[in-house]
Amino acid sequence: MDGPDVGWYLILAAILFGIGSLGVMLRRSPLVVLLSLEIMLNAANLTLIAFARQHGSLSGQVFALAVMAVAAAEVAIGLGLIVAMARRRIVLDVDEARALRG
Amino acid sequence: MGNVLVWIIWLLAAAGCLATGVAVVSLTNPFYSALALIGNLASLAVLFLLLSAEFLAAAQVLVYAGAVMVMFLFVVAYLGGRADAPWAGGPPLLRTAAVVAAAALLVEVVVVLGLAWGDNLTDPADVSGSFGSPGEVGELFLTDHLLAFEITSIVLLVAAVGGVVLGTTPEKEDAA
Repeated sequence: MDGPDVGWYLILAAILFGIGSLGVMLRRSPLVVLLSLEIMLNAANLTLIAFARQHGSLSGQVFALAVMAVAAAEVAIGLGLIVAMARRRIVLDVDEARALRG
Repeated sequence: MGNVLVWIIWLLAAAGCLATGVAVVSLTNPFYSALALIGNLASLAVLFLLLSAEFLAAAQVLVYAGAVMVMFLFVVAYLGGRADAPWAGGPPLLRTAAVVAAAALLVEVVVVLGLAWGDNLTDPADVSGSFGSPGEVGELFLTDHLLAFEITSIVLLVAAVGGVVLGTTPEKEDAA
């Protein structure tokens, strides 16, 4: 394989995952939390594809496609929830939405 | 020579990934965050191409950067794109804990990678030119991974129905 070894891709994916998890924990707008979740999912996808290339097996790519489909479903539901919250005049702040807290 | 070119493309794509990722987390306006995520997905598609995952790179640009992000931008526009300062509000302890937890996660993964570096992460397998082409991926979907393929379709159907249910007007709740 030309260019960097798979390990470099894995380190890049790890850094991206860290950035995404920081966004999920730090930001309070549910929209930005969803965007940061997308970064985390894509970092996982990069890892899957890197290992698929490393082992010469396409199953990793198939799994990455399944992750993409699940991410699309998650975005559809998440955005639906955010729009429903906005319509019911609930403040769009994940720190404020704690009605289900025990 | 070709090797140097691949390294340059890799470094550009990686720098683009990291810069747009930081931008998504740190920008105040959700609209700009969503735009930065499109850049992030595009540079990831370049990395997918370098890993000879051509079909996935195309799907990434079409499905993610195209369809999903357009949906995001529509919702941000619908909600008015309220500003949300990343470092404002919440107890400072919580913010510090978030940074520490994310850093701990990162350090753990990098340490594990460093420990495994010598064993399995060099000398990739030889693959044919059609590795990652739509034909090969599609064949696997219809043979080895048929069940996962069908379950994916059900997941998407459930998500579509759920989106419609969540999107209907909440008449009863307003009356109550």
